[in-house]
Amino acid sequence: MNRPFFEALEKIYPTDRLLTRDVELLPYESDALTAFQTKPGAVALPVTEKEIIDTVRLCHRMKVPFVARGSGTSLSGGSLPIADGLMIGLNRLNRIKKIDPEQRIAVVEPGVINLHISEAVRQYGLYYAPDPSSQSVCTIGGNIAFNSGGAHCLKYGMTSNHVLGMKVVLGDGVVTQFGSESIEGVGIGPDLVGLFVGSEGLFGIALEITLRLMPTPQLYRTVMAAYDNLGRAGDAVSMVVASGLLPGAMEIMDRLAIKAAEAAVGAGYPLDAEALLIVELEGEAPQVEAEFAELRGVIEESGAFEIREAKGEDERARIWQGRKSAFSAVGRLSPDYIVQDGVVPRSRLGEALVKIGELKAQYQLDVANVFHAGDGNLHPLILYNGREPGALEKAEALAGEILAMCVELGGSITGEHGVGMEKREYLPTMFGPVEMEIMRDLRRAIDPEEIANRGKMFPSGEAPALQTHGMHPLERQGVISRE
Amino acid sequence: MRHQIKSDDPRAPEMTEAIEKCVHCGFCLAACPTYKLLGEEMDSPRGRIYLMKGVLEDKIEAEEAQPFIDRCLGCMACVPACPSGVAYGDLLVSYRTLQEGSRLRPLSDGIARRLIIETLPYPQRFRLAMKSGKIGRTLQPFLPEAFASMLNMLPDKLPPPSPLPPILPAQGDRRGVVALLSGCVQQALAPQINLAAAKLLSANGVDVHIPAGQSCCGSILLHIGAESEARQIARRNFPLMPDDIDAIITTAAGCGSGMKDYELLFKGQTDLQKASDFSSKVMDFSAYLAQLGLRKPRGFAAERVVAYQDACHLLHAQGLQSEPRDLLNQVPNLRLVDIPDAGMCCGSAGTYNLDQPAIAEELGRQKADAVLAAGPDTIVSGNIGCITQLRKHLDLQGKHLPVMHIAELLWAAYQS
Repeated sequence: MNRPFFEALEKIYPTDRLLTRDVELLPYESDALTAFQTKPGAVALPVTEKEIIDTVRLCHRMKVPFVARGSGTSLSGGSLPIADGLMIGLNRLNRIKKIDPEQRIAVVEPGVINLHISEAVRQYGLYYAPDPSSQSVCTIGGNIAFNSGGAHCLKYGMTSNHVLGMKVVLGDGVVTQFGSESIEGVGIGPDLVGLFVGSEGLFGIALEITLRLMPTPQLYRTVMAAYDNLGRAGDAVSMVVASGLLPGAMEIMDRLAIKAAEAAVGAGYPLDAEALLIVELEGEAPQVEAEFAELRGVIEESGAFEIREAKGEDERARIWQGRKSAFSAVGRLSPDYIVQDGVVPRSRLGEALVKIGELKAQYQLDVANVFHAGDGNLHPLILYNGREPGALEKAEALAGEILAMCVELGGSITGEHGVGMEKREYLPTMFGPVEMEIMRDLRRAIDPEEIANRGKMFPSGEAPALQTHGMHPLERQGVISRE
Repeated sequence: MRHQIKSDDPRAPEMTEAIEKCVHCGFCLAACPTYKLLGEEMDSPRGRIYLMKGVLEDKIEAEEAQPFIDRCLGCMACVPACPSGVAYGDLLVSYRTLQEGSRLRPLSDGIARRLIIETLPYPQRFRLAMKSGKIGRTLQPFLPEAFASMLNMLPDKLPPPSPLPPILPAQGDRRGVVALLSGCVQQALAPQINLAAAKLLSANGVDVHIPAGQSCCGSILLHIGAESEARQIARRNFPLMPDDIDAIITTAAGCGSGMKDYELLFKGQTDLQKASDFSSKVMDFSAYLAQLGLRKPRGFAAERVVAYQDACHLLHAQGLQSEPRDLLNQVPNLRLVDIPDAGMCCGSAGTYNLDQPAIAEELGRQKADAVLAAGPDTIVSGNIGCITQLRKHLDLQGKHLPVMHIAELLWAAYQS
């Protein structure tokens, strides 16, 4: 990291909030995707909005790339540091600045933990709907960058459906406001909030976010159905969808995932099942009761060998805790695994599961399946032993085939974890050259030096501008050069 | 996580297994008191695991990483929070022990540490140290920080030494036989706790043996990585326990969880079998009594509003959450109130308040605030360290509420 940049940083931060020693940098070298590790040049820990703005402007002026990081829980390597770049840790900006129960909004800083919002507004009978499995630890800033989903996004939509407005600092240091406090506020002009949410940190940093809150459902009814066959559970999802019901969440776990999650939290899952379907209805009591009778009928018809309903809030909480712990719990089964995040049209879920089964057999690798079945978001976890030479490559090849299948079936390479580092090379399988170029142009228009989260999302993107356009022919021949 | 650890230490398998199981997901961050307080990755469980891995892989110097490892409270809140089942405690104890041998400390730290090793485990010496502590207090401004906070912890008045009877026979039908481990620091600071526990057990139909000549269980020494001293002192208790007992009872959370870890302490050493037999019988007082079933207490004449403060080494290390609460809920005219964020450590953490006074102070202040928010008139806990810490911080806020061991309150409920 260059000396003048570092000296300028020292003017913004006291020494205890500017980490530079190896021992301090090492724990920041990975997020929740440890297959990638890069030690940052330094880590800055701002506590005010002004410090963030000053830092981004400094980075822009001196052309130093930066990565914003909340709790470091990205599963796609989205918050992987840049070598010799700056890591900006936003976890200390964790204030909920305003709660307006009448307008049903909360204004928060980017380092606020997702679940803390629901805890803070519970007293008003409200909650923040998007519920990524890591909600007890992941931050709103990261949720915005990756447009995070969660089990209950089936009914209520992803993060983008719950952000009303935000103050941001863009990659060129400009501070601006997108959206407003009103749900109708985006009516005029383009939806810039929508543009920013899911941009994987490539446009800048959200400084202050206005979120929409929802009234807490009056009643939940949660049912677990056990199947002796994964495809049958997938078909059950299609049957529920076809019946016209819209549950709050519909999740499937297969045998391996059930085993791991049960060991982690003791949720009372049926260990003899090949697949477990969890369906939750929520809303006003009379409606939920009526829907529940219908749902039960559909599930009984779907060939479940056991149907169990959560008795009381404790049991319901444990069922969800188990589901939400499932990824990490797979660490009990295997020291190394790849978490995949593909999407298929939910009408083709059964087909996709059969295909994954075939690929698994072909590659002779174990795959644990956990997925948001209601919206066709698959999370195959490919287990491998990193100590075996070639095992990672084999697992990656299998992951690639699963993603290709998702695209082929009309789906996507990512549902909620983002492209990040992990799926950069797969982006062109979804977008043509024209679309890719539009995205790059957009990025350069907002962040001309391409310093915000450089290297993420675009294929082999250390310096995307140069790689897109290539060098000038004279430059290549060494006739001219640029500074 | 993948790693390249090559270690010939006998504990290497524990350490590598824990590191392998960690998937770096960050679920532990929310549970960790130091991460909440300091907001840095190095001061989180995930970060510490990464640092220990870095040291064991020779990527960083042990000395560099040590301040962050030292700041770990050892509260184990990260263990139940971990979906992938990392045995963080095994890793931490093994790592601390491994580093302890090769570690250089500043002189004052070394002296404080030696003082702990030579004093805390021995009730007689501890009493003596407390007396001399009074002299030390006048010199306090000139002493290193760790000394100063040590002296601050000492009570103004010593309770008289209170020898326990060798046996308290069961009253009424005999429902069980136990041995009570009387402990060290606690027996010197608050002898009434063991006495209340013994009487309570006896009133519930349990023969209580209190073998003479007991020593410290070694947990406090293990906590600071003094492994061989811990083993040496732990061994002394093995032959003292009678054969036909249902359980070895302790009234101190840290001793209970430490003794339950004897297998790790004695791994590859002589007396492993004895240690393991001993360990398998260890039960916290509240767990034993809850399992046995309480004979109906009389309760209190006027309503008492009680907050139960979870000791980390009961809640996180031994998984005892409902047991003590179930006992309290059986007392007539006792209303139990919940302390917000109950799983957060109070900062006492064994010798932590001696080693890391600043963090311990802040956690103590926060815990006192949380307790007051619950609005109790009495606070109970299952650990002398937590009791001392909370009493101190409530006093600092001018709220002189009674803070006592759960055994004391339960025993009072039989007498009123």
